[in-house]
Amino acid sequence: MYKRFSRYFPIFVLPILAAFIISFAVPFVMGIYLSFCDFTTVSDARFIGLENYKEAFGESFTHSLWYTALFSLASVITVNLAAFFLARLLTRGFKGTNFFRTVFFMPNLIGGIVLGYIWQIIINGILRYYGVDITFYEAYGFLGLLVLTNWQLIGYMMIIYVAGLQNIPGELREAAAIDGATASMELKHITLPLVMPSITVCTFLTLTNTFKLFDQNLALTAGAPNRRSAMLALDIYNTFYGGVGSEGVGQAKAVIFTLILGAIALLQLYLTKRRERDV
Amino acid sequence: MKLRNTACIVFLVFLSVLFLAPIFIVLMNSFKGQFYITDAPFVLPSKETFAGITNYLNGIKKTDFIGAFFRSLFITVVSVFAILLFSSMAAWYMARKDDKLSKIIYYSFIISMTVPFQMVMFTMSKTANTLGLETPIGITVLYLGFGAGLSVFMFSGFIKSIPKQLEEAAAIDGCGPIKTFFSVIFPILRPTAITVSILNAMWIWNDYLLPYLVIGNEYKTIPIAVQYLQGGYGSRDMGALMAMLVLAIIPIVIFYLISQKYIIKGVIAGAVKG
Repeated sequence: MYKRFSRYFPIFVLPILAAFIISFAVPFVMGIYLSFCDFTTVSDARFIGLENYKEAFGESFTHSLWYTALFSLASVITVNLAAFFLARLLTRGFKGTNFFRTVFFMPNLIGGIVLGYIWQIIINGILRYYGVDITFYEAYGFLGLLVLTNWQLIGYMMIIYVAGLQNIPGELREAAAIDGATASMELKHITLPLVMPSITVCTFLTLTNTFKLFDQNLALTAGAPNRRSAMLALDIYNTFYGGVGSEGVGQAKAVIFTLILGAIALLQLYLTKRRERDV
Repeated sequence: MKLRNTACIVFLVFLSVLFLAPIFIVLMNSFKGQFYITDAPFVLPSKETFAGITNYLNGIKKTDFIGAFFRSLFITVVSVFAILLFSSMAAWYMARKDDKLSKIIYYSFIISMTVPFQMVMFTMSKTANTLGLETPIGITVLYLGFGAGLSVFMFSGFIKSIPKQLEEAAAIDGCGPIKTFFSVIFPILRPTAITVSILNAMWIWNDYLLPYLVIGNEYKTIPIAVQYLQGGYGSRDMGALMAMLVLAIIPIVIFYLISQKYIIKGVIAGAVKG
């Protein structure tokens, strides 16, 4: 029956393909080309070679690159440690586990803009006792975003770890206990190796989520002070829309940003495939 | 052991309070007069600072929140239905046909998932502008395109596990591909369809930048309405902001409490596959 299938291509595939071409494929290809051009609207583009890329690596971009990398690293560590710890607590068979799970996961559903303002009022409320607010130092914005991200992502990662932990057969732990394994030995030799797939998934989810962070950054500090707390996505946005004339540089930054995220995705693919082969 | 369990539960209860506190703080402040919020955000409203529902009325008026709510609802519902229908159809066709063209399209969809929005935001909003898509209906076309990657990927994974005999039996009974898809395949896709709907609904409902760039000038969605209150720094109405944060959270909490089971399942499935 699949031989005469091609006749149905326009019905089955064309609608979503057309939408994909309009919203993604054409803008993507145009974006690559425009990163080598000087332009303010698309129609006035003039090819200038690598100029935009040279200009892209200015102060603000290199700073935001480091800021983002450091922030992602800090988030990956704090979010995953907390999430794993909570997941262990919630898989011990307490009463009310469902309630706790519901509470911890809820912040994940709230949108980035709303999250940003919720934490802005709280953090400014605390900093007020010291006579400052979040816009004073870039470190405040960093820590504020870190707390916000933890609040948002811990529940999400916890759910994935819970699923991973529940997949471990109970007999394995019992056998280890009978053999006289201590709690830390059990964790090191049984639990951790078996939840490794979840650890990979959560690490990369946190990494890509924090690397792409935009809404939270915009709402919490909008880059204050003086764009020092702007992460990559916000820096690119500012370059595009902060003033006329640097659209080409913004597009070049966006291409570099895409390459970084592509590299992260490839690394994840490689690590996941390698483990599948090993097992 | 028993003592340790009690300690754990006490700790979890404490942590739950900590997790809920931010929402409670915003709720509490939404009932205070706008000039009393920044000074003492952690104090309950008193007789003097209590403002009733003034903030809510102000905020709704300033941001046209009611309009934003229904716009967000419309865009989310229409986009999710379009994604559900067209991505499942495309996934089935491409999984079964499995020729070169299908593979090229499929992998283009997959690659689009890793590309950050900033890469295409400028050129995409120009394209949308040229094509006249800067309306609440037009933007659903853009969401269909951006949602294609994850949705087709998830449907494909499930479709490959459905035995072809099922469809062949339908074909022998005289069903064409369209009838086969809708009467045999689509009903089986239900679990994946729920996951795909939830993941897309959460994304589109909360999305800020895409609607801001494409329709933000004329049509505000909820995130745009909240951000709009920011105005110039210092001049903003804190009371209205708090009230709008509460109104933005309420629909999400209701949706979450109703469909919690599916949301959590969907998020796990989406995470492990994405």
